[in-house]
Amino acid sequence: MATIIVVTSGKGGVGKTTTSASFATGLAQRGYRTVVIDFDVGLRNLDLIMGCERRVVYDFVNVINNEANLNQALIRDKRVENLYILPASQTRDKEALTKEGVERVLNELKAGFDYIVCDSPAGIERGALMALYFADQALVVTNPEVSSVRDSDRILGILASKSLRAEQGDEPVKEYLVLARYAPERADRGDMLSVNDVLEILGIPLLGVIPESQTVLQSSNAGVPVILEDSSEAGAAYSDLVDRFLGKDLPHRFTSAQKKGFLQRLFGGS
Amino acid sequence: MLLRSLHFTGEEAPPFTLKGSLFTLTVLHLFQLDRAALERHLAEKIKQAPSFFNNTPVVIDLEGMTDSPEGLDFNGLYELLRAHGMVPVGIRNGTPMQQAAARLAGLPALPESRPANNGKKPERTEAMRSRIVNHPIRSGQQIYAAEGDLIVVGAVSAGAEVIADGNIHIYGALRGRALAGVRGAIETRIFCQSLEAELVSIAGRYQISEQIDPTDRGKATQIHLVEDRLIIEHLNR
Repeated sequence: MATIIVVTSGKGGVGKTTTSASFATGLAQRGYRTVVIDFDVGLRNLDLIMGCERRVVYDFVNVINNEANLNQALIRDKRVENLYILPASQTRDKEALTKEGVERVLNELKAGFDYIVCDSPAGIERGALMALYFADQALVVTNPEVSSVRDSDRILGILASKSLRAEQGDEPVKEYLVLARYAPERADRGDMLSVNDVLEILGIPLLGVIPESQTVLQSSNAGVPVILEDSSEAGAAYSDLVDRFLGKDLPHRFTSAQKKGFLQRLFGGS
Repeated sequence: MLLRSLHFTGEEAPPFTLKGSLFTLTVLHLFQLDRAALERHLAEKIKQAPSFFNNTPVVIDLEGMTDSPEGLDFNGLYELLRAHGMVPVGIRNGTPMQQAAARLAGLPALPESRPANNGKKPERTEAMRSRIVNHPIRSGQQIYAAEGDLIVVGAVSAGAEVIADGNIHIYGALRGRALAGVRGAIETRIFCQSLEAELVSIAGRYQISEQIDPTDRGKATQIHLVEDRLIIEHLNR
């Protein structure tokens, strides 16, 4: 039976899709059959970041409307085994996501996968609600700034009150924090909230801190999930995050400012 | 003369005072007034514990009477118990007629000792009207405790609102809004472990974040009304 994980945030542009892509890729790399679904109907992005945009024939909404079956719509990743992508429709809007339709598709997927990763759109409207409604666990992506933290707090409230688990009075959705675009030097200077500031406000376990990195932008433009960029800090951070999710106890890296060496200072490297 | 003067001083100070006091008394639950059977059973009891029946005061409870003759012979009962080392001091329960008859025999009717609580469910008390929330209150959530206190075990986030007709207790940081006594109870209070609120209000008198003294921020506080003004007091000083 598959576990459904929603990647959500409330605010846009904080790194939900980047996290969904890397998280799903990481799970698949470790041998779990994983599917990642783009719930951002109308603004589809996940296929771009996963680098499969040119192979999209049918999409999530087609499956919901019974215009295609799952096998036709699922895109198999070319780089990583066990990884599938269910893209969003670019031509529809979020009203196409009906509770019954989403439930039917998720139930069908549950039979064949270990993990179902739902990439939520921003906001707290229909698309976001549908992405989190059936979730067992949630990765809440936050940037170290006040408005992002506030929106994540709002999403946590919705997870605790409007998810299926909340409505049925089941064990609540398990929540994890992903702090993305973190720059330790700026947090030290007080320009940004620190890891501890964010944890104090949100009060949920920290799954990973992803450092602010040029590599994220480059790899997303190249259609490669950043977790596949082994040598980059962001890739390593996502790798740790996946291991932690699977139960490994790893210390958090990239949370404190590195002392720059003499040569680095001389040449201004970052 | 000496006696006389003593007598006079005695009149100055009252010879007694009346005070209420509680006693533990033995209650004799009477089921039927069968003289012969009573005597037989009493004799047996006395054999078992002779020291107990030494002018022991007892109350006669008539609740369990199977046959309830209106005119019980209380004089006869009194004599019988006296003869067995007990001193009846009153009766409990019984019909009004029985109580009147007992009064004639010098036995007052004592009030029932277990009022209202006899087999009935306990009354809903103030404490039970409290609403306890065991999770943090997130931005955008609103929690209202009607007709009672609100107790939050966890933080109240910025953008969240906690409201109560009674007091509000927050075992965590208060970063959102807290409104106590919203139906006008001016004696209500707000308690929190760290005051970082956007707004606090008691019975409609409020302060917004800007008006809260910076020295009170982040402190464990209680907030109450004194002469229509919100007073913020630090706890654990």
